[in-house]
Amino acid sequence: MEKKELIIQEEILGSNKKIAAEIRKKLEGQGILVINFLSSPGSGKTSLLERIAETLKLQHKMAVIEGDIETERDAERIRRKGVPAWQITTGGACHLEAKMVGKLLHQIPEGTEFLFIENVGNLVCPASYDLGENLRCVLLSAPEGDDKPKKYPKAFSTADCLIITKSDLVPFVPFDLERAGNEALDINPNLRIFVTSALQRRGLAELIRYFIETRVNMIQRHA
Amino acid sequence: MHELSIVASLFEILEEKARENGAKKVILVKLQVGKLAGVVPEFLETAFDAYKEGTLAAEAELKIEEIPLTIKCQKCGIEFASENYVFSCPSCQSTELKILAGTELLLEKIELEV
Repeated sequence: MEKKELIIQEEILGSNKKIAAEIRKKLEGQGILVINFLSSPGSGKTSLLERIAETLKLQHKMAVIEGDIETERDAERIRRKGVPAWQITTGGACHLEAKMVGKLLHQIPEGTEFLFIENVGNLVCPASYDLGENLRCVLLSAPEGDDKPKKYPKAFSTADCLIITKSDLVPFVPFDLERAGNEALDINPNLRIFVTSALQRRGLAELIRYFIETRVNMIQRHA
Repeated sequence: MHELSIVASLFEILEEKARENGAKKVILVKLQVGKLAGVVPEFLETAFDAYKEGTLAAEAELKIEEIPLTIKCQKCGIEFASENYVFSCPSCQSTELKILAGTELLLEKIELEV
């Protein structure tokens, strides 16, 4: 019997990262901007996507992948807006992984410009999994409270933008927009911040413009 | 609680390394887990113990080295440890920073019985 020590120095989630990089490369080549939505359950990811769909689909081709533990409900809501949507049900897992997204890629219609991925509602686990996105958006709804960024640092530190949702409730709940923004900027000084209300259709134009501009920049980088 | 998924990925690597080296057993697994890795070391231990039964690593010991968050200011060049997730330089307040360590989720080394 002999002992052997092996120095490995390998990332444990390296295989997920590799698949994510392949997805990003492939979709960038097709001119598809991938946007990953991360947040706790009930913060309004699907409602915001419905509102985005109403406007964005008028001039651009978009598609949505919905992640949930169970049910087709969210994909059905998006389809009712006339946008192709696929549901991934994880059957218990708390996050999406790149390989789950990879399996759906052949179904994305040709000419798609924006692919939104709504992750499983959870502010912790999805943050560790790159899905091949170009933009990671973390959503924070007003009723959740303005103290969340530092409680969930990984999600906020790896995001490109923070979307504050349900801003129509700010007058009724203890949520200070400035404090939430500053706390998030402490963790991630490069974060872009958007304030939205799906109910009152506020802040959507600015957010959609940001997605369109990011895609234009991506295409120019590739040219 | 994605620690079980992480452990499943870890075991894929362990099984591959054991096979490549013709090992009978894995006796030690050493990980590096950064403070900003988004992983709870205690949960990793629990998940590891649950997962290892019936595998080549059934008797393996898991050692986790926790790596603090170390940041370098790109403007004035100082290095500092961020305790409270504030990403601005304590010396010049610049936000042009580079994370040197603290995000890793790494399988550093293993010990095999061959």
